[in-house]
Amino acid sequence: MIKMKNIKKIYGVGSAQVEALKDISLQVDKNEFVGMIGPSGSGKSTLMNIIGCLDVPTTGEYFFEGESVKSFNHNQLAEIRNEKIGFVFQSFNLLPYATAFENVEIPMIFKGVRAKNRRARVMELLDRVGLAPRADHKPNELSGGEMQRVAIARALANNPSLILADEPTGNLDTKSGDEILAIFESLWKQGHTLVVITHNPNISGRAQRIIKLKDGMIENNRT
Amino acid sequence: MKVLFLFRLFYRELKRQKKRISLTIFALAWGTFSIVVLLAFGEGLKRQMIKSTHGLGQGICIVGSGQTTKPYRGLGKGRVIMLHEEDIELLQSRISGIELISPEGDRSRNNMTYERKSLTERVIGVFPDFEDLRGYFPQRGSRFINSQDLKNKKRVIFLGTELKKRLFGEEEAVGKTVMINSVPFLVIGVMLNKMQNSMYNGPDVDKAAMPFSTYQTIYGDKYLRRLIYRPKDLSQAETVKKEVYKVMSQKYKFDPTDAQALSVWDTIEEEKLMENIFLGMKIFMGIIGSLTLIVAGVGVANIMYVSARKRTKEIGIKMALGAKKRYVLLQFISEALMIAFIGGAFGILLSFIIIGLVQALNFKGQVADILAHPVISLDIMILTALILGVIGFLAGIFPARKAASAKPVEALRYE
Repeated sequence: MIKMKNIKKIYGVGSAQVEALKDISLQVDKNEFVGMIGPSGSGKSTLMNIIGCLDVPTTGEYFFEGESVKSFNHNQLAEIRNEKIGFVFQSFNLLPYATAFENVEIPMIFKGVRAKNRRARVMELLDRVGLAPRADHKPNELSGGEMQRVAIARALANNPSLILADEPTGNLDTKSGDEILAIFESLWKQGHTLVVITHNPNISGRAQRIIKLKDGMIENNRT
Repeated sequence: MKVLFLFRLFYRELKRQKKRISLTIFALAWGTFSIVVLLAFGEGLKRQMIKSTHGLGQGICIVGSGQTTKPYRGLGKGRVIMLHEEDIELLQSRISGIELISPEGDRSRNNMTYERKSLTERVIGVFPDFEDLRGYFPQRGSRFINSQDLKNKKRVIFLGTELKKRLFGEEEAVGKTVMINSVPFLVIGVMLNKMQNSMYNGPDVDKAAMPFSTYQTIYGDKYLRRLIYRPKDLSQAETVKKEVYKVMSQKYKFDPTDAQALSVWDTIEEEKLMENIFLGMKIFMGIIGSLTLIVAGVGVANIMYVSARKRTKEIGIKMALGAKKRYVLLQFISEALMIAFIGGAFGILLSFIIIGLVQALNFKGQVADILAHPVISLDIMILTALILGVIGFLAGIFPARKAASAKPVEALRYE
């Protein structure tokens, strides 16, 4: 699914340079559930951004489904993010002025799915995360757990092969967190590949494999 | 999908940033209103002025007597050159470039009587060509002097608009008989009212015209007061004028380069000057109008810029979800264009209302005649639309480029 070879990421220039990722090589196979842990500043988010094609490595090679990401232009990267990757953020990142329905609809609009097909798909996804009755609510009318479920539905919009989650339960209470976790597990069982950054021992406990980062390097990669 | 979706986005944005966007729309509407109204009044001013300049006649030369300033073939300078009736025929036969020509004799202080009313007025004697030359156009149901009148020395009279009002009031004048210095004259026509800002011996609406032949039998002028001609081709006006000097100089023996030997009022030359002044005026007003719009445009650009910054996070989210650069560009440009379009539409609507109102009120009076006749012309509309379009596009493109060039990861991190 993804393969990284000697990835380095350096921010800033000159004496202000920060080496966020030092020498990362890793591989995630199809239908794996990988948890990523590590103290803050260890480079988890940077690695996540690179995996998600939101950022590019300074040096090193990154292959997504066998193709080197380096060779892609802006539009191709946008297409990968749109169709192959679903993002779930700690702070949900829903568009505040759009309803739950419209938030889930957006990736499909970018893909160019026809309106009729979009409707059906959005309702199916909202139903899957148990929010069909709340389709017309705006984010500020939803609870944290509900917002995150909308975000998951949005991440699934174009049926991506990889789901990336950055602290998906970080802003939620335990009960909501458990609900999110249950959804993730069912997604995994349905054949999605999951990479989840988390401090939540519940999630890391269910993951097939834990990658532990420290100071921009992989400290531990155990199953 | 795209267009509808953009409209929906814009509508949401409008709701979210009601104050900011409505202020921008107002600024653009005001700018558009200013430029359209400014240019409309300018255009109206120009048309009224040209119209009143043409009150004297279009493309004509008025030739009168003069005094030589150069010695010629043993004759000293300072000789007075007077015109004669036969000069008309001479010029007509010798210069083919003359289209219309007429002598004009005039006498002031003539007693003019109709029924109990008695006035003292100016009378002129002219050829039928005078109608076209000097804009003595008749009202409906009346006519100017014709060649039969001239040939038969008929005692017919054509009355200026104001003169007719003084003598007849609202009464019909055509067909009535007036006494001029106790001689009866049949009224054959009344002048169509006209605006006139350049004149000699007072405005034409105050004069009465009779056939030149009739005039001569009554007054018997030895010399011709003036003659008026129009060249066939305005571009040949200079050549024709030179020929007039040549023919006259041969007859009266003066140096053909002596401009003072004849007094020539060349309205063609004047008109060219006027046209340049109007062109200058138009450019000047165009610049002022454009500057006004640019100020409004800066406002739009400012709003769009702030809006782009405020929405960096949103752009980041959209990019993470797969928005391509051109989508972000499209969103911002179409938003700016829409603001420009709505503002422009409001401005144009407002201008139409105001200008329509001024036109409907139809102000009268010396100043109002010139000033209060705004005209919206096609080029004003096109110019305004063009400037607005450019402003909308420019105001959109810069913030859009900035927004679209952000790295998704940085845009996402923005709070």
